[in-house]
Amino acid sequence: MIINHPLLGPRDAQEFTYLGDAELLNRPYWLSETALQQFHEYLYLRDNPAGTHRELWFHEQGDRSWLVVTRDTGTHEIQNVELARDVALARRAARTAGETRG
Amino acid sequence: MRYSAFRLIKEALTGHKGWRPQWRDPEPQPHYDYVIIGGGGHGLATAYYLAKEFEAARIAVLEKGWIGGGNVGRNTTIIRSNYLLDGNAPFYEFSLKLWENLEQDLNYNAMVSQRGILNLVHTDAQRDAARRRGNAMILHGSDAELLDPAGVRALYPFLNFDDARFPIKGGLLHRRGGTVRHDAVAWGYARGADMRGVDILQNCEVTGLRIEDGKVLGVDTTRGYISAGKVGVSVAGNSSRVMGLAGMRLPIESHVLQAFVSEGLKPFIPGVITFGAGHFYCSQSDKGGLVFGGDIDMYNSYAQRGNLPVVEDVVESGMALIPALGRARLLRSWGGIMDMSMDGSPFIDKTHIDGLYFNGGWCYGGFKATPAAGYCFAHLLHTDRPHDTAAAYRLDRFMSGHMIDEKGQGAQPNLH
Ligand SMILES: Cc1cc2nc3c(=O)[nH]c(=O)nc-3n(C[C@H](O)[C@H](O)[C@H](O)COP(=O)(O)OP(=O)(O)OC[C@H]3O[C@@H](n4cnc5c(N)ncnc54)[C@H](O)[C@@H]3O)c2cc1C
Repeated sequence: MIINHPLLGPRDAQEFTYLGDAELLNRPYWLSETALQQFHEYLYLRDNPAGTHRELWFHEQGDRSWLVVTRDTGTHEIQNVELARDVALARRAARTAGETRG
Repeated sequence: MRYSAFRLIKEALTGHKGWRPQWRDPEPQPHYDYVIIGGGGHGLATAYYLAKEFEAARIAVLEKGWIGGGNVGRNTTIIRSNYLLDGNAPFYEFSLKLWENLEQDLNYNAMVSQRGILNLVHTDAQRDAARRRGNAMILHGSDAELLDPAGVRALYPFLNFDDARFPIKGGLLHRRGGTVRHDAVAWGYARGADMRGVDILQNCEVTGLRIEDGKVLGVDTTRGYISAGKVGVSVAGNSSRVMGLAGMRLPIESHVLQAFVSEGLKPFIPGVITFGAGHFYCSQSDKGGLVFGGDIDMYNSYAQRGNLPVVEDVVESGMALIPALGRARLLRSWGGIMDMSMDGSPFIDKTHIDGLYFNGGWCYGGFKATPAAGYCFAHLLHTDRPHDTAAAYRLDRFMSGHMIDEKGQGAQPNLH
């Protein structure tokens, strides 16, 4: 598999290590009433879809950035690659926008 | 029809006209007391033991393709009872005992061959770990022997003993471990179950689970709706998909594992060898092919085929251990989808839905578990209580803190 790194261009997947579902970016709030339940789900339960999957890859043999790769688990075809940092910042922005609205 | 030497001679003398199909091809009935989803080794064994040990009636096994086309027909056929932890060891020992009597029980030649498994060690620390594991195995009633380099050399003189980076310092020998003809396991259980009245329904994919008021009523399939008293799910790499039909999320990721077979060679590897310094293990089939494999491909996959980096890694490790491997040509390679759990150990448990039971999370080690998994799942389905040897395989163990993590890797399925 070739991962099209947003900064470095196409790189062999062998340069990366794999962590798993990109939902891992959404760490639950540790003081929440239901933190125990939420952390159980966060740490241990997975959607594990057959098809489109957003997942975290780490460019260990390269620039050491974390990427969010959107990939089809049925064909291994890579559909999209983003910097995990951008994804996390966009999520935070969306969350704060939601909070000011609500 | 019972198989025997007498039967074989009789058929040989009468032109082999008396052999019959080994199982029927029935039409689905509207209702079964037990519906087992998945016609792999585990599903078929479950149906067999339900019918034989628990004398349950009206049982069906639903298989989306043909029986034996999943991991039971794709694995590297190793059976062993060399686990360390309390939650695992009695279960795998029970399984090995069932293997030891399987062919007599099934009246079927599954070529169970206890040719021994040798786990090589390359450092002092690994030798200590092997000694500890061996002691745990012996305490649990299994067998283990720690070999020094001379002991290993006597068994496998052709290994690369004096490699500068990974010298062979010895190995842990488990003599009762070995290999089994994997297809014959599926067929033998299918025939045994069929003889006891189990309906094996092939080309019958489960597409929906009907659940009302927290109770399962039946399954929607590509061959119509089938009502069921109890439903047991045993679909290996597809566990998340099928349990997803009931709205459940599992502590499982699906990953692909590859395997390889060389051209047929004269016998030179008498048992199973595992490399301790890389991901590689190898045995030689009775047809002469070297059967070997290594690590999973590391990323989620349902594709039943892997990529080249792992092929390279496996072959490099193989060459580091058995330099003679370089003279053999690779004949075939393939992949299978495995249900990798969060602690590397399986589940045999009820769910919060009445009548819905789950067997899965077997990672790359579920073939050896086939007899005991079938037996224990049948026990659970019939009695609603876990079998003594499988009591730790609970779905809620991450919540309660009772993980069974043989390798101590944490919640990272691709590292188990
Ligand atoms: C390359 C490789 C090597 C391995 N080597 C070993 C080894 O040496 N030793 C060992 O112990 N284990 C090994 N394993 C693991 C072992 O093969 C599996 O853990 C075990 O076979 C899983 O149980 P099973 O036989 O029931 O699975 P399967 O044979 O995969 O059965 C599951 C069945 O469910 C069916 N199914 C799925 N979805 C549906 C649906 N919706 N409706 C109906 N049916 C459905 C599938 O078609 C399949 O036939 C290996 C696995 C692989 C891939």
